[in-house]
Amino acid sequence: MAEKRKKKLGIKQRYSMLTRGLDWETSYQPMDKVFPYDNYEGIIIHDWEGWEDPFRLTMDAYWKFQSEKEKKLYAVIDSFAQNNGHLGITDARYVNAIKLFLTGISPAEYQAARGFTHVGRQFRGVGPRVACQMQAIDELRHAQTQIHAMSHYNKYFDGLHSGPHMYDRVWYLSVPKSFFDDARTAGPFEFLTSISFAFEYVLTNLLFVPFMSGAAFNGDMATVTFGFSAQSDEARHMTLGLEVIKFMLEQDERNIPIVQRWMDKWFWRGTRMLSLVGMMMDYMLPKRVMSWSEAWEIYFTEAGGALFEDLARYGIKPPKYADIATKEAEHISHQAWNIFYNYTHAAGFHTWIPEKEELDWLSEKYPDTFDKYYRKRFEHFAEEEKAGRRFYNDTLPMLCQTCQIPMGFTEMDDPTTISLRSSEYKGNTYHTCSDGCKDIFDYEPEKYIQAWLPVHQIYQGNCGGAEVADVLKWYNMNLGADNMDYKGSPDQKLWDEWQAHRVKA
Amino acid sequence: MSRIVSITLQNNDDARPIIEAIEADNPDATVNIYPAMVKIDCAGRLIVKQETVEEIIGREWDVQELHLSIVSLAGNVDEEDNYFELKWNF
Repeated sequence: MAEKRKKKLGIKQRYSMLTRGLDWETSYQPMDKVFPYDNYEGIIIHDWEGWEDPFRLTMDAYWKFQSEKEKKLYAVIDSFAQNNGHLGITDARYVNAIKLFLTGISPAEYQAARGFTHVGRQFRGVGPRVACQMQAIDELRHAQTQIHAMSHYNKYFDGLHSGPHMYDRVWYLSVPKSFFDDARTAGPFEFLTSISFAFEYVLTNLLFVPFMSGAAFNGDMATVTFGFSAQSDEARHMTLGLEVIKFMLEQDERNIPIVQRWMDKWFWRGTRMLSLVGMMMDYMLPKRVMSWSEAWEIYFTEAGGALFEDLARYGIKPPKYADIATKEAEHISHQAWNIFYNYTHAAGFHTWIPEKEELDWLSEKYPDTFDKYYRKRFEHFAEEEKAGRRFYNDTLPMLCQTCQIPMGFTEMDDPTTISLRSSEYKGNTYHTCSDGCKDIFDYEPEKYIQAWLPVHQIYQGNCGGAEVADVLKWYNMNLGADNMDYKGSPDQKLWDEWQAHRVKA
Repeated sequence: MSRIVSITLQNNDDARPIIEAIEADNPDATVNIYPAMVKIDCAGRLIVKQETVEEIIGREWDVQELHLSIVSLAGNVDEEDNYFELKWNF
């Protein structure tokens, strides 16, 4: 490479040409009226030029690389569909993880697009504004590509027909929905702390990286490809998350306690939401790459540990209750799967009791907790099922006012006692599932008393009727197909037929 | 002890020369192979050099082509025309 090409401008200069000097100080209207939201949260910015652009993709480069990613992705999606890629997955139980992804995560990508479109208008500094606008385009792409990739499964399997409708109504989908609603109704700096920092930087690796590697391990080429295609944008989003934190902390020391409180809040909300992912990894992948607790160790304890040491120079501490969350990594996936096994008649995907070798894998991965607290419970359920007494929980659960998860998680120092906290506000009692969720409620009770809690709504008669069947119809679920056990489901019947053909051939 | 920075790339033809270049330029790096992806950890800092990748693939390589293969990262990013670096500041 002796004759080096000569670039007209360096990368930093090119990006600076894109993002600087294009805006102006308004004169007919005061700037505070043009940008009404970027100072009410209490974040003090002295110099918007202090914003360091993390990745410096100019528009021409952005379109070039994004279109290349799209071409690759759609080539794979086409080939997956043309070659009946669904036949190559390990086991049709796996598709239930995809159902949860399509109904729980993909609509959240769309909410993220809406959120970034909003804040991409609301910062008076042009650097963050451009970064947010580009991220909004990415998030829209993620929602679209996920729907396109998974639509192939919808041709054969149940439960994939009504993602956005279900997202707005179904009890367990209110967990991610309320997370994103909470973020989008906060101010722009809190939004970036919640989505870009707490979710994208600190936690998203736990969702996309081991889970997508798991999809690869289970023969799901389409999901791996959209997952990694999305994740290639995610690396940019992560750096935006870290940049916005450093920007706020460097601008004024009065920002530090505000940022710390947001980190505490959104770390906790994020870990609560990810309990669904823990369950997907430990229970819903027929072949597993790593356990939830191993993923937690790599991506939170190790990577997060380094991150918070880096931020310590600003006076930032690791998120409050990180120690509790780390203890929970040994328990939470088992407790969540237990909840869904109890309520599988009201869910849009199938559940099952893990097979013996799967229980053995869990025993091995969770030596301190699984045999002691959970294995016997699942074996008991399996015996009951065999005896014709499959256990369903027929009463509706109490939900946490903050995270909206059924109150089924336990005290970490006493894993047989349900964790329950309560707060009084304006003459009413509100219940939360943990100290983390209670702190969040207590700081902004006016916000959380407005929560649309699915169980309350059902009891108030707002969800299609009084019977479970009425509610499920209102969810747009096909009874007997989308819900109940995997064993005996139309999904299983179809899969077994395909397998029989394969054996014959 | 400095904490590790990390980059995760897809395990495919585009990424393999980049992985090779990272191994050459960061002798302390540890390469972890998972289904479909490769996670490279290194204490303190990790650099991807344009020059090294170009030598391996025998053509010009824009550092931003990294965007096509990257899955995740940990560390502060410094992106320049001829290198991409991750580091912690403490």
